Amino acid sequence: MGAPEEGPARHYLLARADFQSLFDALAREGYTTLGPTVRDAAIVYAEIRNVEDLPIGWTDRQGPGTYRIERRKDDALFGYNVGPHSWKGYLYPSRERLWAAHRSPSGFTVEPPEAAPPRYAFLGVRACELQAIAIQDRVFDGPYADPAYRARRASSLRIAVQCGQAGPTCFCASMGTGPRVGPDHDLALTELLGPGSHRFLVQVGSPRGAAIADRLPLRPATEEDLRARDALVDQATSSMGRSLRTDDVHDLLLGNPGLHRWEEVARRCLACTNCTLACPTCFCSTTEEVPDLSGDRVERWRRWDSCFTLAFTQLGKGSVRRSPTSRYRQWLTHKLASWQDQFGSSGCVGCGRCITWCPVGIDLTEEVAALREESSAKTAVSGGER
Amino acid sequence: MGPESVAASPTSDAVPGLPEYAPRPFLLQDRRQETSDTVTLTLVPADGGTVPSFRPGQFNMVYAFGVGEVAISISGDPTRDGPLVHTIRAVGKVSTALTRLRPGDVVGIRGPYGQGWPIDAAEGKDVVVVAGGLGLAPLRPVLYELIGHRSRYGRVEIVFGARSPADLLYYSEVQEWRRRTDLRLQVTVDSADRSWYGDVGVVTQRLPDTRFDASRAVAFVCGPEIMMRFVAQALEARGLAEDAVWLSMERNMKCAIAQCGHCQYGPLFICREGPVLSYRRLKPLLAWKEL
Amino acid sequence: MTNGEKPVIRLTSATHPFLEGFDAEFLAAASEGAEALELPPEAMVFHSGERARHLYLMLEGKVALEIEAPDHPRITIQTIGPREVLGWSWLVPPYTWPVDARVLKPTRVIALDAGVLERHLEAHPDVGYRFLRRLIPVIAKRLDEARIQLVDIHGT
Repeated sequence: MGAPEEGPARHYLLARADFQSLFDALAREGYTTLGPTVRDAAIVYAEIRNVEDLPIGWTDRQGPGTYRIERRKDDALFGYNVGPHSWKGYLYPSRERLWAAHRSPSGFTVEPPEAAPPRYAFLGVRACELQAIAIQDRVFDGPYADPAYRARRASSLRIAVQCGQAGPTCFCASMGTGPRVGPDHDLALTELLGPGSHRFLVQVGSPRGAAIADRLPLRPATEEDLRARDALVDQATSSMGRSLRTDDVHDLLLGNPGLHRWEEVARRCLACTNCTLACPTCFCSTTEEVPDLSGDRVERWRRWDSCFTLAFTQLGKGSVRRSPTSRYRQWLTHKLASWQDQFGSSGCVGCGRCITWCPVGIDLTEEVAALREESSAKTAVSGGER
Repeated sequence: MGPESVAASPTSDAVPGLPEYAPRPFLLQDRRQETSDTVTLTLVPADGGTVPSFRPGQFNMVYAFGVGEVAISISGDPTRDGPLVHTIRAVGKVSTALTRLRPGDVVGIRGPYGQGWPIDAAEGKDVVVVAGGLGLAPLRPVLYELIGHRSRYGRVEIVFGARSPADLLYYSEVQEWRRRTDLRLQVTVDSADRSWYGDVGVVTQRLPDTRFDASRAVAFVCGPEIMMRFVAQALEARGLAEDAVWLSMERNMKCAIAQCGHCQYGPLFICREGPVLSYRRLKPLLAWKEL
Repeated sequence: MTNGEKPVIRLTSATHPFLEGFDAEFLAAASEGAEALELPPEAMVFHSGERARHLYLMLEGKVALEIEAPDHPRITIQTIGPREVLGWSWLVPPYTWPVDARVLKPTRVIALDAGVLERHLEAHPDVGYRFLRRLIPVIAKRLDEARIQLVDIHGT
């Protein structure tokens, strides 16, 4: 994670009064700025142009299956935790045209892809979200790297924001993905809000970040500002609502397909797919054939899919994962265990979205603990080591 | 697209400048009805280019214009340059559309994808091939290879099972293979009427009758998953090591490039690590229900 | 069922895999009343409903087990070949064959007399136990195969 020993030299201060200059600089550099804004009683990510578009003075109250926004006592710009959206919606859109084709004398002709991807600036990327992006980078990399994803990713700018608070469903600290923003970003902001003082510590993480920073009215930061940042990060760490033990989770989940707890959680699970849609790393998709009315031109679309649907494993005349038990088990074992085998890291960053946005409040940290307890009880009964 | 656009890469033949997802048009040259619901299609590139080479056991994504795409194993002869051959059973919307095509129609192809049968590992060894129903389709390239380079291999034992005599694929070819003296091919059906004078019984019933040196043999097995499970157990009981038994797995596939997530089987992406996998890797996973 | 004169049979443990490991006394007893049959295609080894009086040791050829019902075409449920055994219904009430056994290919088979076997096995329970230990795996294997058939693994 971030190295606290780094001196103040590469750190700057941006006054709250000058924050609009960041929007202006991004626009001048040709970025479409995406960031948090209040919409439909939630803090979501959307295209924003002005500082007033930010959720000024808003925060959220989260728990298993519950999310409310409410007023803060101050006018913080980033005084909330992650909402229902994640940046995957922009790097890996929920619906995307893969290609189109039209009938031609040789049968059909595939049309070249559309114009260059937009240049996105993501404003307000949390530590866990930086890690989520890095995880999806590994999914869409390799010999068959997804060119559209790679292009969007390569042209996008990540402006991180340190968390000064953690929510009740947050557990990034135990996943090793936060709350401190890691070194892989373009710019990192820390909102320092005190009596009579509202400023942002700006840390430059890349040449492209520097190009933006060059356009901002910055002044040097002091050791005191860095200490204030560290105090904020500590505050977020200590207010972390949940935790997940990771050292044994790979073998625990992959070694216990038959535990009763899988059945138990499946009785509550609605297989609604909310968790997979809210998850910033879930990447499963399906493809759709969309012919026009004449039938002479078709478009091939990819859209998000979910391992919680029955059709996901359709084979011949039936599905492989018929029971919700098998589908929840697939999701959790993949996310926390087989993801490690596939991509070299956990698929979970501890953002807590799947807990908050589960309509029945299923909490994976609780499920893992219960699975562990049942597994060790079984081991104890069968004479194994505790 | 001119012929210059079809330079085949070893693993894939995507159209240059287009994403991996874009299919390449192939012309349907010949269509042969195998059984009531299964046809064999012979295809050549519509652009006049070459057919990409493949390894036995690999598959293509086959695309029906306006309908969709489905993963189909390659059934042609890998030992010679020739057209692309796919045997397809009408099961879903796309496969049904593909079985209804007529010569002159065009389909899209991308691939080949996946890991094939470890033919190299079979050199100098006895080879046991067990196929159930449509499972013969991905194994036919293996048989071409074994027959084409017969001296490279030891005993060749083939067991082919199907539900009924009417469900036997490649019937005349199978009869030809049966007449060969340098291999042994047993055909059995699950049930039959009096017109059938061959064996009746499930494939596992024929296995005790196969002869091979378990210490230096490999087995290639393809068929319904439940059949492969029984066959792998029976072969293990005959003394074959877990890593000498290879199965070809089937799962729902949308992308074939390990990105859509559909074909996951525990830590494996069947499209990338499979479809052919060793029983050593599969055995613990086969014990999971609904994996 | 039989072809004229009965040749005298001297069973050894090499005669058929089923007999491997049995003692000379049993083999001598089992030889009593044993018949070597050579059956042409279409010959019936037995008919369903008949009293079951033999255990058949297949040496060569192929025999189909068939089921027929008035409203149903005749179906072959299994074929039995060399080294396999056929017929344990003489051990199970009501002691009749449940299926037809029809020869498909010229078949050589040894028919052991069930009455002789039963008398010997009753008198020598240790041999009887060994005999059942040999027979039960055959029955279990048939059951496994029937289960696999039941699952209809090739079903679409």
